[in-house]
Amino acid sequence: MARIIVVTSGKGGVGKTTTSASISTGLAKRGHKTVVIDFDVGLRNLDLIMNCERRVVYDFVNVIQGEASLNQALIKDKRVDTLFILPASQTREKEALTKEGVEKIINELSETFDYIVCDSPAGIEHGALMALYYADEAIVVTNPEVSSVRDSDRILGILQSKSRRAEMGQDPVKEHLLLTRYNPDRVERGEMLSVSDVEEILAIPLLGVIPESQVVLNASNQGLPVILEGQSDAGQAYEDAVARLLGEDREHRFMTGQKKSFFSRMFKGG
Amino acid sequence: MNFLDYFKSKKTNTASVAKERLQIIVAHERGQRDQPDYLPQLQQELLEVIRKYVQISDDMVQFEVDRNDSFSVLELNVTLPEK
Repeated sequence: MARIIVVTSGKGGVGKTTTSASISTGLAKRGHKTVVIDFDVGLRNLDLIMNCERRVVYDFVNVIQGEASLNQALIKDKRVDTLFILPASQTREKEALTKEGVEKIINELSETFDYIVCDSPAGIEHGALMALYYADEAIVVTNPEVSSVRDSDRILGILQSKSRRAEMGQDPVKEHLLLTRYNPDRVERGEMLSVSDVEEILAIPLLGVIPESQVVLNASNQGLPVILEGQSDAGQAYEDAVARLLGEDREHRFMTGQKKSFFSRMFKGG
Repeated sequence: MNFLDYFKSKKTNTASVAKERLQIIVAHERGQRDQPDYLPQLQQELLEVIRKYVQISDDMVQFEVDRNDSFSVLELNVTLPEK
């Protein structure tokens, strides 16, 4: 039985696809057979972030509709050999993702994979609901900013009422908070919500804090999951998050700002 | 921050404003989330019944659902217009 993890947020542009790419790569790097599914029908982007956009032949909807087999549609990652990508369809209607169709594919993947990571589209419409429906766990990606936090709370409500686990009266979906684009310097200046502020409002366990970093854009430019930038703060923060997801106890890092001397503050700007 | 800004009084802490606003809106939205689906419809129909007898505006009626462990209470407050 595979563990099914949805990466979701409600709000767009907070780092769901970046997170899906890094978390799935991290799990696979540790030897777990992992598949990452793009649920964003019509706006597929996971392929680009994972650098396999030119290898897409068949997609998720093709498999649901029986036009291709799973093996034909799965793309094997070139860097980590236990990692596979199932791209979203770029041309179909969102409604092509039926509950039954998604279930069939998840069940089939469940037989051979250890982890199924579902990259949710933004919003709370059909695609987002399908991405979270079968989840055992949810990584709620949140920016320290008012609209993102509010939308995350909304998504938590949906996980608690509209997921399969909720509908069947099973144990609830396990929720994890991943705070991304965190800027400790701005937090210290009182310009940005702190980790503890967001934890207090959303009241779910913290999986990790990813610092705002130029490395993230540089990595996505090249189609490299940022977790593979092992020297970078963001890469290491994702590495820690994967370790925690697997039950390891790791202290949180990158949550305090660069200490600046009095002189550099005065002359170079805070 | 430049040389002069450094001596200016402390800027307002916008993060704490954000936190306060979020706490209020999130608590409000969570309260609504737990309400039964039929509540808006019930609210509308009750309002229509009351209007058969007294002329009241929407804001003169308040609906509140209080949840306890074993039961819920629907509280309906109607402010009647002065004669």
